[in-house]
Amino acid sequence: MLAFILRRILQSIAVLLAVGLVAFSLFRYVGDPINAMVGQDTTMEQREELRQKLGLNDPAPIQFAKFIANAARGNFGLSYRTSEPVGRMILERMPATLELSFCAALFALFVGVPMGVYTGLYPRHWTSRLLQAISLIGISLPTFLIGILLILIFAVSLHWLPSFGRGQTVQIGWWTTNFLTVKGLQALILPSITLGLFQLTLLMRLVRSEMLEVMRADYIKFARARGLTNRAINFGHALKNTLVPVITVTGLQLGALIAFAIVTETVFAWPGVGQLFIQSVQFSDIPVMAAYLLLIGLLFVLINLTVDLLYFAVDPRLRGGGLARAGGH
Amino acid sequence: MAGWLHRFTDSDIWWSFKSSPMTVAATVVTFLIIAISFLSPILAPHTPFDPATLSLSDGLKPPVLISSDGDWTFPLGTDDQGRDILSSIMYGTRLSLVVGFASVVVAMFIGITLGLVSGYFGGTIDAVIMRIADVQLTFPAILVALLIDGIVRTVISVKRHDEIALFVIVGAIGLSFWVQYARTVRGSVMVEKNKEYVQAARVIGLPPVLIMVRHVLPNVTGPVLVIATINLGLAIITEATLSFLGVGLPSTEPSLGTLIRLGNEVLQSGDWWITVFPGVTLAALVLAVNLLGDWLRDALNPKLR
Amino acid sequence: MAAASNNPPLLEVKNLRVEFPTRRGTLLAVDDVSFDIAPGEVLGVVGESGAGKSLTGNAIIGLLEPPGRIAGGEIRLEGRRIDNLPYEEMRKVRGARIGAIFQDPLTSLNPLYSVGRQLVETIQTHLPLSGSQARARALDLLKEVGIPGAEMRIDHYPHQFSGGMRQRVVIALALCAGPRLIVADEPTTALDVSIQAQIIALLKRLCREHGTAVMLVTHDMGVIAETADRVAVMYAGRIAEIGPVRDVVKHAQHPYTKGLMGSIPSLGVRTERLTQIDGAMPRLTEIPKGCAFNPRCTVLGQRCMVERPELMAAGASRAACWHHDRGGVGQPVAKETVNA
Repeated sequence: MLAFILRRILQSIAVLLAVGLVAFSLFRYVGDPINAMVGQDTTMEQREELRQKLGLNDPAPIQFAKFIANAARGNFGLSYRTSEPVGRMILERMPATLELSFCAALFALFVGVPMGVYTGLYPRHWTSRLLQAISLIGISLPTFLIGILLILIFAVSLHWLPSFGRGQTVQIGWWTTNFLTVKGLQALILPSITLGLFQLTLLMRLVRSEMLEVMRADYIKFARARGLTNRAINFGHALKNTLVPVITVTGLQLGALIAFAIVTETVFAWPGVGQLFIQSVQFSDIPVMAAYLLLIGLLFVLINLTVDLLYFAVDPRLRGGGLARAGGH
Repeated sequence: MAGWLHRFTDSDIWWSFKSSPMTVAATVVTFLIIAISFLSPILAPHTPFDPATLSLSDGLKPPVLISSDGDWTFPLGTDDQGRDILSSIMYGTRLSLVVGFASVVVAMFIGITLGLVSGYFGGTIDAVIMRIADVQLTFPAILVALLIDGIVRTVISVKRHDEIALFVIVGAIGLSFWVQYARTVRGSVMVEKNKEYVQAARVIGLPPVLIMVRHVLPNVTGPVLVIATINLGLAIITEATLSFLGVGLPSTEPSLGTLIRLGNEVLQSGDWWITVFPGVTLAALVLAVNLLGDWLRDALNPKLR
Repeated sequence: MAAASNNPPLLEVKNLRVEFPTRRGTLLAVDDVSFDIAPGEVLGVVGESGAGKSLTGNAIIGLLEPPGRIAGGEIRLEGRRIDNLPYEEMRKVRGARIGAIFQDPLTSLNPLYSVGRQLVETIQTHLPLSGSQARARALDLLKEVGIPGAEMRIDHYPHQFSGGMRQRVVIALALCAGPRLIVADEPTTALDVSIQAQIIALLKRLCREHGTAVMLVTHDMGVIAETADRVAVMYAGRIAEIGPVRDVVKHAQHPYTKGLMGSIPSLGVRTERLTQIDGAMPRLTEIPKGCAFNPRCTVLGQRCMVERPELMAAGASRAACWHHDRGGVGQPVAKETVNA
């Protein structure tokens, strides 16, 4: 078990370094850091001097090492667009994105999984068919369109909920939160639904198909032959066996939420990291793009590691011991 | 010919197709949308992106069903520039479809090639390609496409970017969807590689690559077709999203996503039709394609039914 | 056979029909099958795959997979009709009165629960025992099926057991609530040959000790000859021949049974060559008129082409063949003396 975790951690570091390399190449070769720092009238000599001073003439591996070392300390250089430190810009906007993604994830999990279980257990019931049809519409509607429709209905027509911004926030240290005011919470509703809906349908469809698959397994038939109650079979034996793939996908989707927040934040003018990233793409603000890339990479790696650890909690086959024979499914 | 047709109409696939009214409807809708949009130069009542035909006095007309004058010149109303929404949608759909199909072809080409290479040569090449695939798979396609677009924007000028925007978008989306094809093809190659006919081909001096391509590709047609159909829906959504975010196609050449973005800018004033009609078209198109993809997956993979 | 005549039967199957609706019409997978099992008796059911033997077993435990369904006939356990019980009633019969063992011990156990937990939950479902009592019973059962170090192994997970050991656990699970009948569907097919004999011996011993009857479904004539009291040979959804295992093995009446026996190599008997039956069992969509075996039969007569034979007395057994009295003309038969 320890060896497995160790290997996973090493793999994660490798992935992070790969992402770092892409970010570094972006930072160093796509954008020219010098151009961003100096004016039009700077002479070649001055540029060269600056280049030397910034270490841009060092061998590439050394520059890469420096880049990573700086990034580890949260230092991503200055934004081309605003000349502010990129690290601080991201940190300021992080709480908005994290709170939004958190609410969307809760929404997706607590609605999507029960719906998936239900449709998996009773695939022929008409409510299941209806839910399945709705879910297909759900994954066919692009996120931004869902957002626009929600705004049109609940903000423009009904005036029930705000359509843009975070409403009222409370500052706790460097973290700004929506959770402590009514206006802040109201402002969270539409964006969270918009962001979570796609993942909700995805989760529901996944749980459903896993459930259908598991219900066909021999050990379910054998459990029936042993005369166990439906309750014990459905929620004890079947649901637990669907957990492993569901955890995997939920983990991946959690990361995807943060990336998809780009779209939702644009629709709802939500001042988060995603909006910052879009602006950086539009204005070719390379340092921000590089930093965002690294950040997302880090998040994915952390989530994947957590998912791996959860496997151990669920599946005894991974815990080893005894004969530890593979197979069995 | 007749025998072939009979075998087809007698097959399980045809039977499963016939017995699913949703799938038949989805096929009809898909082909209708494709036909109408590609005939838009003939069918469209206006040429919305020819500035000479536009008049600002036609601006922001509501759709005919809720307008007071009952004038059928602009059945779905106009936007703030006086462009006919219906015609815009027809041209926009064509563009969305072109981008969708083209990027699926690009993704398919890259994916199949890399899958063949990876599976056939194995070793380091395989390891490198598959690690890249792993890493890319952890990043959502939209993010990859955004990054590629952002890089291209940095390298070339804004004006030049608008000119080649279509190719940039197709390339960006294509590059973000190749992984699934590569994995499928690679898996199939690994199975076929050690079969006797490939060894035999080697013995009689035929290039084994040729033999493999000829035998592997038919094997993966089914799965690749399923992936392609599902990806077509995703590609159309991705393009629309990029255009909506303002980093896709320029507004001089609007796709459905661009139209929705333009409408969204005036949404607060209640002129809903500029956004809603392109939105509904997009949703209908993607839904129909997804229904087809869903059915195809079930029909070609009965285990999951 | 002796047991069967003295006691009322434990299980009675009468005119059972199982059908599968498909898009090309309804398939009759089990067609008018009748047999009894006496208390403590082992009935072997043999046949090729697709002959309907597993479906008959599944119909008895009430677990036909949809769209398969019982279309006719009745099944009685201890005189009580069980084929039309509501799901919840039948659930209480399964595990408690009828145990089941399936083919593959690798997949029969839930990989995420320890074997002890699976035993305890089965025991507590059917018997009013406390947690510790149920665990004690589970431990006893594991010891009884011959799991070494049962005290420790009870908390192990299925993947920590070998195939043979897992099938022992499966047998323990089937015996949990002391059922009167066990339906064992190909219980040894997925196991190594060396393990098969052990498992069969175990099953036989346990059932004798507990007085449990067994319906042993298999395609392995050797296993039947070894274990069963009586044997039913199934072909294309019907019983071709049924009788005491000795008679059926030594003096097969139906040409199909004869063919099956001819395909078993036996030690000590010098045989020129093993016989084989030409052709294959017809698909359910293409069962011929008359006797279903007629395309492959070596003793064919006029009547076989037009009229379907019912089971009729033939020596000590009953066979569904118009020519049973001729004992299969196509092949030389040593002597017709029945040693009863």
